[in-house]
Amino acid sequence: MNSKLIFGIAKSLLLARWRQTLVAAVGVTFSIAMFITLLSFMNGLNDLLDGLILNRTPHVRLYNEIKPTLDQPVNVSAEFNDSYNFIQSVKSGISRQEIYNSGPIMEAVKADARVLGAAPKLTAQVFFNEGTIDITGVINGVDVEEENRLFNFQDYVTAGTALDAKNVANSIILGKGLADILVADIGDVVQVTTVQGERFPLKVVGYFQSGIQEIDKVQSYASIGTTQKLLGKPNNYITDIQVKLHDLAMAPAVAKEFRQVFNVDAEDIQTANSQFETGSSVRSLISYSVGITLLIVAGFGIFNILNMMIYEKMDSIAILKATGFSGRDVNRVFLVIALSIGFFGGMVGLLAGFGFSVIIDNIPFNTAALPTITTYPVNYSLVFYVIGGIFSLITTYLAGFFPARKASKVDPVEIIRGK
Amino acid sequence: MGDIILEARHIHKQFHDPVTVQVLTDITFSISKGEFVSVIGKSGCGKSTLLYILSTMDTDYEGELLIDQEPMTQKTDAELARIRNAKIGFVFQFHYLLNEFTVLRNVMLPGLKLNQHSEQEVEHRAMERLKMLGIDHLAQKMAYRISGGEKQRVAIARALINDPHIIMGDEPTGNLDNRNSDMVFDIFKQLAEEHNQTLLIVTHDQSFAQNTGRIIEMEDGRIVRQ
Repeated sequence: MNSKLIFGIAKSLLLARWRQTLVAAVGVTFSIAMFITLLSFMNGLNDLLDGLILNRTPHVRLYNEIKPTLDQPVNVSAEFNDSYNFIQSVKSGISRQEIYNSGPIMEAVKADARVLGAAPKLTAQVFFNEGTIDITGVINGVDVEEENRLFNFQDYVTAGTALDAKNVANSIILGKGLADILVADIGDVVQVTTVQGERFPLKVVGYFQSGIQEIDKVQSYASIGTTQKLLGKPNNYITDIQVKLHDLAMAPAVAKEFRQVFNVDAEDIQTANSQFETGSSVRSLISYSVGITLLIVAGFGIFNILNMMIYEKMDSIAILKATGFSGRDVNRVFLVIALSIGFFGGMVGLLAGFGFSVIIDNIPFNTAALPTITTYPVNYSLVFYVIGGIFSLITTYLAGFFPARKASKVDPVEIIRGK
Repeated sequence: MGDIILEARHIHKQFHDPVTVQVLTDITFSISKGEFVSVIGKSGCGKSTLLYILSTMDTDYEGELLIDQEPMTQKTDAELARIRNAKIGFVFQFHYLLNEFTVLRNVMLPGLKLNQHSEQEVEHRAMERLKMLGIDHLAQKMAYRISGGEKQRVAIARALINDPHIIMGDEPTGNLDNRNSDMVFDIFKQLAEEHNQTLLIVTHDQSFAQNTGRIIEMEDGRIVRQ
């Protein structure tokens, strides 16, 4: 009942000066709307840029790196245990790129509860022959279905279907840039020479466009079987196992564990792509600070308007106090005024922010580098709306706090005597 | 009569800004239920200051104040506000209605604050009081749209809403023309005689004071006659 009365008084005071109230509320609305729009757009962009790399990058990659062995024989030998051994001109040994025991490792990895899926891969360095010119390139042998499921492979195949690489014998999906150089249309046959000197004709079944031109000029995809044939390897020969986890954050731990368990090299996505994390977090930081700055400015607007209102309403405050309203009641009246400006302004701001986001989301955005994108990216995360809502209340509360305290300390005697 | 509503014991007050000035000296008196008391004195004799102390709004004084036989000294701001709300009704020289509200709402506010009756009940009581003062036709008007005399009657209705022990007035007729002054005085008189309402009115209007039940005359911060 009492709080109903407080709300009633606050409402009357607000509506009596609805123009001022509106200005204050519009300030909050504007800043919240901008806050939401900015964050949604910025995060949409972040997701897009991250997705460009992260979606296609395995969370953990198992492979055998070509490197000199750490334990040189002389160090292992018991005879020279106590001596300093100087070894010069250390070379990488004849180690195979193949992952030993790849079949059982795949089974074990897939059985792991943290793993969403694992896809085998092997790479072959080749030359594409175009007339008299040889162009270096890489053919990635992939399990097309798994690649589609885990790494959205189909999204990047801009012409033809990804599955044809599997279904059509001796077929290849060329990078768009590479296809342009080779002047190869879909259905054409390109000649490929392997490092070993073998020559193969491969049928082009699609184009592949990653959004990164340098990659598109070099990379191409074929089925695992085709690539193994190209290299003259048996059908258990794979060089990489790409693991996708349920939770990206666990990648470093899982990589470390796999490294020990399977005795292979394992690289986690955080190590491989640390610059993207940094970029994302800096962009988020900037958008949050701009948004919060806007809110603080709006807060000062509310502060000013409440202060003015209190000077105008001195008489009313005095009479409220004389007729039995305590300082606390008056304080609450003005806090309610501030908070309702924040609440309604913020609500409208959230809606407006959503509206702006939808508008941005519908602006066409075509870029050759990003085949799957047709409009500007927007992230509609509820988190931004929650933060925006909470922040509008907090800023308006703080903006109302000091004026309200001042109002509660008004001495009615001074006002009444002063007349 | 007999029940003491308000009692002041040896009240002293000084102003310290800019120099210390003794405003009230040893004010001692009491008011019984149903009395119609006026305080008169020249401008600056401290009668308004005394009223503010008696109304509990000013707490910066020495001495004792009892309202309804309850000491007011050392009560918190909130407790004093509650006492003002429940036991004291105010009528000021300037009408001090809240312009953001209708006449009816203005009258209802202290009643709603007291929170003893439902909103409908408070509204009914407010209408009763407006009717008694002959201004019930103004109930739905905004407070700033009515005349000065009407405003003062609304203020009286507001003072009455919680059936206060005592109504205090600070020059309630000071800002009104003769006709309205007489009307306000008649209302006070009627309240005192018919409703046995205790009234304490500060005024410098001799003719007003002559017609009240009891006159307290002040001079230079002292009571010279009562």
